[in-house]
Amino acid sequence: MLALFYIFIGVAIGVSFWQITRVMNLRSVIADDHDNDKQGKYFLAFTVFFYAMMIYCLLAMNVLMLPESASIEGEHDDNLFDITFWLIGIVQFIMQFLIFYFTYKYRGRKDRKAKFFADSHQLEIIWTIIPAAVLVVLIGYGLWQWNEVMDLSEEKDAVVVEVYSQQFRWDARYAGEDNTLGLGNVNYIDIDNLNTMGVDMSDPNAQDDKQVTELVLPKGRKVHFKFRSQDVLHSAYMPHFRAQMNCVPGMVTEFGFTPKYTTEEMRLNPEVMDKTNAINKIRKAKGEDPYEFDYLLLCNKICGQAHFNMQMKITVLEQDEYDKWLAARPTLAEVIKK
Amino acid sequence: MSEHHHKETFVTKYIFSQDHKMISKQFLVTGMFMGIIAVLMSMLFRLQLAWPDTSFTIVEAFLGSHQTNGIMDPDIYLALVTIHGTIMVFFVLTAGLSGTFSNLLIPLQIGARDMASGFLNMISYWLFFLSSVVMVISLFVEAGPAAAGWTIYPPLSALPQAIPGSGAGMTLWLVSMAIFIASSLIGALNYIVTVLNLRTKGMHMTRLPLTMWAFFITAIIGVVSFPVLLSAALLLLFDRSFGTSFFLSDIFISGEVLHYQGGSPVLFEHLFWFLGHPEVYIVLLPALGITSEVISTNSRKPIFGYRAMILSIMAIAFLSTIVWGHHMFISGMNPFLGSVFTFTTLLIAIPSAVKAFNYLTTLWKGNLQLNPAMLFSIGLVSTFVTGGLTGLVLGDSALDINIHDTYFVVAHFHLVMGVSAIFGMYAGVYHWFPKMYGRMMNKALGYWHFWITIICAYGVFWPMHFIGLAGLPRRYYTNTEFPMFDDLADINVVITIFALVGGVAQLIFIANFFISMYRGPKATQNPWKSNTLEWTTPVEHIHGNWPGKIPEVHRWAYDYSKRVDPDDDDSDFLHGEDFVLQTTPLLEGEEPS
Repeated sequence: MLALFYIFIGVAIGVSFWQITRVMNLRSVIADDHDNDKQGKYFLAFTVFFYAMMIYCLLAMNVLMLPESASIEGEHDDNLFDITFWLIGIVQFIMQFLIFYFTYKYRGRKDRKAKFFADSHQLEIIWTIIPAAVLVVLIGYGLWQWNEVMDLSEEKDAVVVEVYSQQFRWDARYAGEDNTLGLGNVNYIDIDNLNTMGVDMSDPNAQDDKQVTELVLPKGRKVHFKFRSQDVLHSAYMPHFRAQMNCVPGMVTEFGFTPKYTTEEMRLNPEVMDKTNAINKIRKAKGEDPYEFDYLLLCNKICGQAHFNMQMKITVLEQDEYDKWLAARPTLAEVIKK
Repeated sequence: MSEHHHKETFVTKYIFSQDHKMISKQFLVTGMFMGIIAVLMSMLFRLQLAWPDTSFTIVEAFLGSHQTNGIMDPDIYLALVTIHGTIMVFFVLTAGLSGTFSNLLIPLQIGARDMASGFLNMISYWLFFLSSVVMVISLFVEAGPAAAGWTIYPPLSALPQAIPGSGAGMTLWLVSMAIFIASSLIGALNYIVTVLNLRTKGMHMTRLPLTMWAFFITAIIGVVSFPVLLSAALLLLFDRSFGTSFFLSDIFISGEVLHYQGGSPVLFEHLFWFLGHPEVYIVLLPALGITSEVISTNSRKPIFGYRAMILSIMAIAFLSTIVWGHHMFISGMNPFLGSVFTFTTLLIAIPSAVKAFNYLTTLWKGNLQLNPAMLFSIGLVSTFVTGGLTGLVLGDSALDINIHDTYFVVAHFHLVMGVSAIFGMYAGVYHWFPKMYGRMMNKALGYWHFWITIICAYGVFWPMHFIGLAGLPRRYYTNTEFPMFDDLADINVVITIFALVGGVAQLIFIANFFISMYRGPKATQNPWKSNTLEWTTPVEHIHGNWPGKIPEVHRWAYDYSKRVDPDDDDSDFLHGEDFVLQTTPLLEGEEPS
């Protein structure tokens, strides 16, 4: 098989050399009417290929996309995305057509004279003002949404969770009864005594904190995330919730959202079911176990060798199930050896 | 200068040359060499992404100790993407593109004997050469080259414990970049001084061809922003080697707490992107300048909206220096800053749109001479629009949250600055090859090269948007660890096939380039019937560019197809032909355009 491959490569190189020397003997170097005509028509053919590809991808790859936002804050994100996408889609389809169509239509001929058209104040003003007006809408909506998402000041009832990153794993810490996280710093890390997140155990707020390896979130309540990293930059990416924030050593970063569907509900979402079915068809063909949808937190900032496999499962439960789950976790005071 | 003929030896003519034309050729060939390395790397990591568990002889052959049984190691995957990005952005698209064409065209198009300082110009090239050598050497250090991404964010880039590439490989990367920046600054200062001071009689700023405006403004952006990267690189070097804490704080790694206190990686991000974003325009503006020239000449029409084009270049340049934060929306910086940067970023869409519409209008009712250079310029306009539009998604901070660092970003910037700038560079080479080597490049091979390249470019980067929208992060060695991405495997295979074909197709260009250099048909003085000054010089290169006096300029560069009666498209051409050299005096009663 490999020999055949090498023979194929050898033949391909030989043929290319032969063709290139043949072509190099053609001495005509400047496009004439014949070339212009041919290339103009190729542009038209390319337009057909290009539009077919663009439309095919837009339709066929729809099933691959992330499902609707699983957080309440993400709804406007989806909205803004749709508006922007339709807008740039329309402009793209018009502009590309014009570029290639003009190339075809005005392909050079000896008897054609180009129009001397150097300037038009009106046109310039039109295509300065129209993009500007459209941008006002996009910027306005975008900034409003950005401020909504990033504003974490007014949530008193929020669940406070610390997400802690290191090469190449995630941990999380719940704030406990007092809903206040104990202080953390790398200097408090004491692996032998199970203080892996560097929590200051002399801080009274830290006693009832609970450390876990998988995130569980209650549906319908705002979750206030605080992110830390102990070594390099990581990024906590939760695509289903339209949420992402970098984890930076030496500082605490924040993000927040309100889960909208429990994991079970999300599994019954038609978009998710379509995607899951498509994936399972592929997995079955390869003889792998079926996949079941879960929310995930992925690392999305290059962080070293196993960056590609730094993930944590997220489960969204109803409030009462969440309470039960959390109550069953031990507090840091119980876990960490003194 | 031209009056005294120096005795030239082989060394002063071909190696330590101070002649801008020779230096431009040196930049081009070095840039092409670096480009081949970077493209090869991209083909290797595309193999990995498409067939992660398959053994490849080629991987075994190229990667030596960084692979096991023909499957590359995760560390070297990251190194490959890092060096691919570094080489492409800096060595190919900054030095290779700007270095080549600024050097070649600035003296020729403004009517100067040479650059303001031929000596500094030579130094600029040799520093670039040196930095290329250091970068290539870094590929061979034992732990592998830098692997923290081309953005080299600390702490990953600062700590060898975090990734092997952050050892000697990273030190060499920083040294190479420091030398590169020196080269780039010396070059840019020279370009600025030359454009301001050495224009020939009659060459007012408002008569400069748009290539000159693009190179001039590019040089200014470079001078403003490159020094900041130099300081960032030096501070990082201090953190790495001398134990300072500019960018590092509170780190626990390999079982111990490091001594660093009080630094911030976010500071590095600010410094890096203060260059990093203008860099996009340092790469792109020269390509757009070349395109303006090539499209106008080959459409046999003046570029539409010359003054609007200059204004939009200036607007883009100004805005480019105040938008860097859009790379950092989710870096942990104050969200209010995010709002400001969203605003400034989306404003760039306005001058960019003006440029795109102006190119389109230049094509309209032209008499298009579809030479290879013209094809690449039209391709550039297409990819610039496609890639530019998705910038409206990414520049909006609220939307960026969820697609930041996914393949959507990779698709966006490859189209808008990668493919577009490369197309501009190709257009430039095909167009000015006769000026560089006195011979013509082969047309048929040029056509093959263009069509395969544009089909492959779109075949790679259009589907890539969608895997980004599916939530796939970039810089993943493989995505087999996530069942939720299993349905993207086929697309990755298709993308890789397009990438391999597109990569191999560049050999057509290389063959065409080197064979034409020796065997191509002899060029005539003005093969494309262009207006600009470089086509008034003799085909054979001479020191000082023009024998005798430097020509005087009487008009702008775009009097193509000018009519006797401006309002009547059927009337005769004013000067008998559809082009008028800038050196041709105005006829009696002729209105300057």
